[in-house]
Amino acid sequence: MSDTAAFTVPPAGRSLWQDARIRLLRNRAAVASLVVLALMALGCVVGPLLTGHPYDRVYQDYVRVPASLSSYPKAEALPGAVQRIAARIRATPSEIAARSDRVRLVLTAQRPIDQRLLVYFDRSDQFGTPVIAGSEQEGRRLVLEVPVKRRHFLFGTDSNGRDLLTRTLIAGRVSLAIGLLATGVALVIGVAYGATAGYLGGRIDMVMMRIVDVLYSLPFIFFVILLVVFFGRNFVLMFLAVGAIEWLDMARIVRGQALSIKRHDYVLAAEALGVSTGGILRRHVIPNTLGPVIVYVTLLVPKVILLESFLSFLGLGVQEPMTSWGVLISDGARAIQATPWMLIFPAAFLVTTLFSLNFLGDGLRDALDPRDR
Amino acid sequence: MSAPILTLEGVSKRFTKPLDAASKFANLLGANYSEQTVHAVDSVDLSVRQGEVVGLVGESGCGKSTLGRVVAGVHQASSGRVSWRGRYTDEMSAPERKAATLAIQMIFQDPMSSLNPRLRVTDIVGEAPVVHGLVAKAQQDAYVAEVLDRVGLDSTYRRRYPHQFSGGQRARIGIARALAVKPQFLVCDESVAALDVSIQAQVLNLFMKLRDELNLTYLFISHDLSVVRHLSDRVVIMYLGRVVEAAPARELFKGPQHPYAQALLANVPTISARKKRFAALKGEIPSPLHPPPGCHFHPRCPMAGPRCRAERPALKEIAAGHVAACHLHDGGVGALAA
Repeated sequence: MSDTAAFTVPPAGRSLWQDARIRLLRNRAAVASLVVLALMALGCVVGPLLTGHPYDRVYQDYVRVPASLSSYPKAEALPGAVQRIAARIRATPSEIAARSDRVRLVLTAQRPIDQRLLVYFDRSDQFGTPVIAGSEQEGRRLVLEVPVKRRHFLFGTDSNGRDLLTRTLIAGRVSLAIGLLATGVALVIGVAYGATAGYLGGRIDMVMMRIVDVLYSLPFIFFVILLVVFFGRNFVLMFLAVGAIEWLDMARIVRGQALSIKRHDYVLAAEALGVSTGGILRRHVIPNTLGPVIVYVTLLVPKVILLESFLSFLGLGVQEPMTSWGVLISDGARAIQATPWMLIFPAAFLVTTLFSLNFLGDGLRDALDPRDR
Repeated sequence: MSAPILTLEGVSKRFTKPLDAASKFANLLGANYSEQTVHAVDSVDLSVRQGEVVGLVGESGCGKSTLGRVVAGVHQASSGRVSWRGRYTDEMSAPERKAATLAIQMIFQDPMSSLNPRLRVTDIVGEAPVVHGLVAKAQQDAYVAEVLDRVGLDSTYRRRYPHQFSGGQRARIGIARALAVKPQFLVCDESVAALDVSIQAQVLNLFMKLRDELNLTYLFISHDLSVVRHLSDRVVIMYLGRVVEAAPARELFKGPQHPYAQALLANVPTISARKKRFAALKGEIPSPLHPPPGCHFHPRCPMAGPRCRAERPALKEIAAGHVAACHLHDGGVGALAA
């Protein structure tokens, strides 16, 4: 037929993965999801350094303030704040003139005002060190210039007065890390174990799957508590515990796939061709299980994130002041009427991440399946 | 004629469904469940000479595919022995066995399901030669191109996936995969059954061309008698796991001896027999779970007598190279042999 073609340069060699990447990049939803996930990850890693608030700093004067683009304290809140501080100094404020960055006011009292008490201004979260512009009536009337500390709480604050933006980003680190790592652990163990059991079949399969059943029957919480008792409370343990539970489902799914794949003629052909068991597993069985596996992974990531929040809720996961999306959402859900922003923002982050993962999973499945081109 | 390169001696393949726990428990309580055994292949003797094309014919379910798989080493025989070039496979050392495995290759029925959908043609064809060190990884692509040319496929297609080919092209890929390990013996399991007639002819011609070029030997499994007639030097007819007749093709198609073979050949549609009525064999092929005693064919055989129900007929040479397993040629069907 084409004896010349055999010796021409073969078309540029592309591996399955290179091909998949090209197909993935053609899928608009998947690319958008990839960008969103990258931004999310970048935000969670770098963001907490840029918000200007430590994630565990408590602002006692800003407990449960709603999300706002303009800075705190609000102008209408300033007189009230000044009143409260003046009351502690045992003086009466008057002629309060609030400008954007400083407040000018007059304090009057029956007796001379102890200037050391002005430190109450300092101690509040709203004001800086007051400057005494004038002292009259032997110190019973002070004219003060108090600088106002401007702070932004873009997502509001939580019930302890901590900046919710910083906490959401810090929480994202934990949730994304555990979501991806624990899923990765489950994926690697589950696929390898399930494919081996399904392909080898017979007695080996039976023993391997009975082991899975035994582990399956172990109550998850009991298992985690055991781990915590033996190894102490440790962040890494959570990956282990979640990964150790979630690979069981994966192994079952992959085993079912492998059972049907090993009946295909191409596996028989590979056996007749003397390909080793490892080679058959690697090149023939596992690649053909990818479709359902990837779909399951996209479901597993949110499951793991929610599982982590459950553990944290029980006090077995991340500990205060560290936090995760699951913890923030459960906190927010408890105060949904009074402080809806505490629920809305972490939930929005979680939902965005999960949607992106789903679209990405769909895109990956299509990209890795050469038949769908 | 040269000595046979492949010999089967009393090869049987049984598939047993073991009792599950519930039936074992029921047996303890007095129930009578027994293991179910399918005799897919029942003590078959067969020898194939170098360069020969042996057609293996039978109804579906008669065990011809299983026999092909035993020959190709995909299944192990439950009893009996297979010898390759004068050596029993169960006595071979590991390297010999590997050589024998590669020397006997199989071409499957369904060209789609026999190709891994996630691999490119170059990897499908090139996998085994690279694994066995016949070709270096770096030379894989060039080697695959060469093999594809040999089976008449444009070698520039080698970076494509199986689903991008037509049925006939896929069949050629399957052949190329088997040829890539330089086999001497090909088991073709209904290899053209899934193709339409014009493509069948092309692929059959390809088989014949390869036979001449590469000095190949074929075991050609088919239920299509016209294909077998066109292709084979010798034809073996199976019924329910047993060989009932084997003869050179010309002789067999001229004068089949076994009643089953006669019935089978009588029902081949031909152009001249336009107005002929086909006398279908009565009944269905019996279940291999409970094969009838004696001659397996007796429930459907128009000539069956009492001896057929009791005694298994042996293969008996009727003419040179022509054997049949029927009591008709071995002392009659009437009385039991003494």
